[in-house]
Amino acid sequence: MSRQHRTRLGRALNLFGPFIGLLLVIALFALIPEVQGRFLRAANFKSVATQSVIVALGALGMTLVIIGGGIDLSAASNIALASVITAYAVNAGAAPLVAILLGVLTGGLVGLVNGGLVTRLRLVPFIVTMGMMGIARGAAKWIAGNQKIDAPMTWVNDLMAKSPRPSWLLLAPGVWIVILFAVAMAVLLKYTVFGRHIFAVGSNEATARLCGIQTNRVKILVYAVSGLFCGLSGVMEFSRLTVGDPTVAVGLELDIIAAVVIGGGSLSGGEGSILGTMVGVLIMSFLRNGCTMMGWPNYIQEIIIGAIIIIAVAIDRLRHRSE
Amino acid sequence: MKEVAAAPPVLRMTGVSKSFGATKALDDVSFVLGRGEVHALIGENGAGKSTMMKVLSGAIAPDAGRMEIDGRPYAPSGPGDGLRCGVSMIYQELNLAPHLTVEENIMLGREAQTLGWLDRKAMRRRVLESLELVRHPEISPEVPVGRLSVGAKQLVEIARALTNRSRILVMDEPTSSLTQEDSQRLFEIIRGLKDQDVSIIYISHFLEEIQRVADSYTVLRDGRSVGSGTMEGTALEDIIQLMVGQKFTQLFPKVAHTIGGPVLSLDRLKGTRMAAPVTLSLSKGEILGVAGLIGSGRTEMLRSLFGLDAVEGGAIIVSGAELAGRRPWTRIRHGLGLLSEDRQGEGLAPALSLADNMTLSDLSPYRRRGLLSPTRQRRAVAVLIGQLKIKAKGPGQKVGDLSGGNQQKVALARLLHQKASVLLLDEPTRGIDVVSKSQIYEWIGGLARDGKAVLFVSSYLPELLGICDRIAVFHRGVLVESRPTSEWDAAGLMAAATVGRASREKPTGQRNAE
Repeated sequence: MSRQHRTRLGRALNLFGPFIGLLLVIALFALIPEVQGRFLRAANFKSVATQSVIVALGALGMTLVIIGGGIDLSAASNIALASVITAYAVNAGAAPLVAILLGVLTGGLVGLVNGGLVTRLRLVPFIVTMGMMGIARGAAKWIAGNQKIDAPMTWVNDLMAKSPRPSWLLLAPGVWIVILFAVAMAVLLKYTVFGRHIFAVGSNEATARLCGIQTNRVKILVYAVSGLFCGLSGVMEFSRLTVGDPTVAVGLELDIIAAVVIGGGSLSGGEGSILGTMVGVLIMSFLRNGCTMMGWPNYIQEIIIGAIIIIAVAIDRLRHRSE
Repeated sequence: MKEVAAAPPVLRMTGVSKSFGATKALDDVSFVLGRGEVHALIGENGAGKSTMMKVLSGAIAPDAGRMEIDGRPYAPSGPGDGLRCGVSMIYQELNLAPHLTVEENIMLGREAQTLGWLDRKAMRRRVLESLELVRHPEISPEVPVGRLSVGAKQLVEIARALTNRSRILVMDEPTSSLTQEDSQRLFEIIRGLKDQDVSIIYISHFLEEIQRVADSYTVLRDGRSVGSGTMEGTALEDIIQLMVGQKFTQLFPKVAHTIGGPVLSLDRLKGTRMAAPVTLSLSKGEILGVAGLIGSGRTEMLRSLFGLDAVEGGAIIVSGAELAGRRPWTRIRHGLGLLSEDRQGEGLAPALSLADNMTLSDLSPYRRRGLLSPTRQRRAVAVLIGQLKIKAKGPGQKVGDLSGGNQQKVALARLLHQKASVLLLDEPTRGIDVVSKSQIYEWIGGLARDGKAVLFVSSYLPELLGICDRIAVFHRGVLVESRPTSEWDAAGLMAAATVGRASREKPTGQRNAE
């Protein structure tokens, strides 16, 4: 009986653990009188949601990669490359939808190459994607001629508008896109054979191979999906900035990875959830938002977020030990 | 005994050969497996058993020879193909994904699906069906496999094979990490499978166990099939002779040694993971066996003694002085040396060389002004390699490339190198071949002759009875009994380990069968 009790408690913790962190962060700022009023406003929550879109999209793909036992360090460079490509296409007169597709597919292509190199050359994902981090960043700068690409305003730029049109949308279209894909990825992980195989590969690749799973195919697909999400994230980056900037999002891959890890993802594979990741993204966004309102300098934010990552993982380990 | 000869063979392998470079791993091997037959495949490590099973599973293609299943040609293109043809492998190293549940593991790679969507109800039905056969208190479909005990994991693997409707099951050392209780359960399951006409190829180093479960046997040596027959009426000595050819003389070599004064005593030692305090003493030149079921507290005692687990109470006295330090390195300084039961995970660094592995616990002889001298390190190691008859290319070879027996010798060589005077050996012969075992017994005898003290933990009773001076028995964390070996027999040890008290009668004439 006590055993069953414990597993139920464990499961509850698994499910709600990240939420507790999120509520703590929100409660922290809600209790500070100087910012309370501004922080707790609906408009602020909306803007936090919009600010989360770029990291959230990257983190959706990263969750799959990390569950599958891999890592994608090229995510941020890939986002910059996709934003440059999108801007380039809009600037060249392509229809907005075509430009978006081009941006997304560029990201997907980079992911596909990552997956191909990891599986065919049997290289460690860390190395492959670290190399790709430089290649994608360089390619973005090259295509952009080492400067920002200006592009005429189109409806693409409305995707990240804080006050959306039509107004019944309530949230920026980008936020709805994140929610849509988050649900889709959660369903994919839980209810499809592909999702199950991702967990299997990350948990014990040798076993997966032995059970007749085409592990290489699973890995290539995972990196390709991650690339597609980076592409979409790049489109949002362009939408937000209205220009294609090859130097944008430097170091963002670490925020993305941090979001997955705060949300319960294990860097050794086999563990992680979309819900957790999304909460991880929000924890970091609210922290940034609150710190800015407090007028705390950037370095304080960096220290706090660094500490949060370590604390989150430490709590995760404690939870595992108690099971 | 079942009439296996009358039924058409489920599997026939004819003239199968396979070479890796210059070495012939399999040389013209033929093999016949009957319906519902349990066929033991016996041989030393490196005799070709695993190559043969890899050929059977489709993991590697043979250079020559034919295979037939039910009289139809069988030439699998890969493990997936082998599975589809009804051949399932249950490997020695467990092949389960720890984060997935029992159900997810059982259905892995064969998920019931419609267009990529999981059909959970259908899967649950099939899983429950196969779990029906392998009932175990820990196992239910939703438990993550990582939380199960080793024995339960093994049963999950068997359930996986059953779900696959396999007709040929290969079990590679299935009991090597099982408790007595789980082994019994496994034997019952095997009997159940036989009744369902499932054929089993059973690989094990435990010959008594083979005698119990197998109908027939085939012995491989140096890639050749050197003998086969029915188990009934075959003496174990004959099988051992077949396994080792001419080189084998005696499994338990007798090395004369004299027991001196006490060197180690535990006075009500209690570690954090020990169920009860243990009082024990060990003398110079003595080999003290420690019997007990897996999980009975033997390993926990060694770990506390060696400083790997924290000590809560009691004292450890070495050569008359109580140990003050708490960490393994202080224990090593006092002459203690531990051989871990987990060779791969803890005992050795598989990616490092023999030289590094053997000298890791004491690098001081090779250090000058803060720098290591690899030349002198290798020279010293080369001597140890010769002493322990380790088959390796040289001190620079990676330990991970060696066979199990040779890896174990490397781990033992480390204790020798650090000049340990009290050796704590935890299952030193687990999963290694007979010849290496025999060499290790001889080596342990030699240590006692040189005045060292040996604490020898083992689940394999014949070896305890064969080489120890005294045997202590653990039962549920408590040291229940300690007697000279001459007052023990296998039944008495088993009774003490399983029931917690030993019968007081003197054992009958023969000391141990093997």
